[in-house]
Amino acid sequence: MTTEQQEMAAPAFMDDGGDRKMAIICSKGTLDMAYPGLILANGALENGIETHLFFTFWGLDMVNRKTMNKLTMTSAGNTSMRFPGTSISMPQWMSWIPGMTKFQSWMMRKQIRDLDVPKVADMLQHVVDAGGHLWACKMSADMMKLELDDLFEEVEDIINVDAFMNLSEGAQVLFI
Amino acid sequence: MANQVIAGHEVAVDDEGFMTDPSQWSEEIATVLAKNIAIDTLTDDHWKVIKWLREDFAVEGETATLRRVSTLGGVGTKEMYTLFPKKPAKKMSYVAGLPKPKGCV
Repeated sequence: MTTEQQEMAAPAFMDDGGDRKMAIICSKGTLDMAYPGLILANGALENGIETHLFFTFWGLDMVNRKTMNKLTMTSAGNTSMRFPGTSISMPQWMSWIPGMTKFQSWMMRKQIRDLDVPKVADMLQHVVDAGGHLWACKMSADMMKLELDDLFEEVEDIINVDAFMNLSEGAQVLFI
Repeated sequence: MANQVIAGHEVAVDDEGFMTDPSQWSEEIATVLAKNIAIDTLTDDHWKVIKWLREDFAVEGETATLRRVSTLGGVGTKEMYTLFPKKPAKKMSYVAGLPKPKGCV
């Protein structure tokens, strides 16, 4: 550490680099793929970035009242699933053991909770409270016969791709 | 690392301007730091968050995330964004003389 003295300048974070905007497309409905979008949205909002989440296809499960608290994950087709603390991939046949998906989902929920990360519904509410916007995809909602009332109450509207193009104008877009 | 004179006291700050020694902090310094990030007046609601953050830091050894403040500190997410607009996590810890939070949520 030096003893150099400086004039008091505004801290670096006050320079927010202009009007940044982010649009995150959530297309997956599994527990493991729900969190990346939510965590990124939260991080963006904490940095003063205007943030929109667009739920499409299986991603609608994240905001469907019937499914949002029951997201699951499975080791089927996922060679990254390893026995905890080892480099050994879980054999695919294990996915077919009755109750395995339930157990793995429970395990992941527990790990998430142990990190003090909220469950999906609470995380969505946190994102909304921080100023984030939630939108549902019209084509997916039509296909799954979902109306706005079927969705998490903070979803602002069911919008088509044209509307999404408008709201994502000038945004950094992430597809998850 | 450098030293800055804040409210007449020489305090250690990091490259981003965050104080690095919480024991050098005082309410007088907090008031000056707040003005430096365009919060002209610290209200009772601001002080509630700042004091809770410092108490929590003293026990935990790291700065609470917004999520932690909202669940344990009793100040909601919306309120934090109103009190410390746009970048609440950084602004709160800056004024409280603490490092910025390391956690993601």
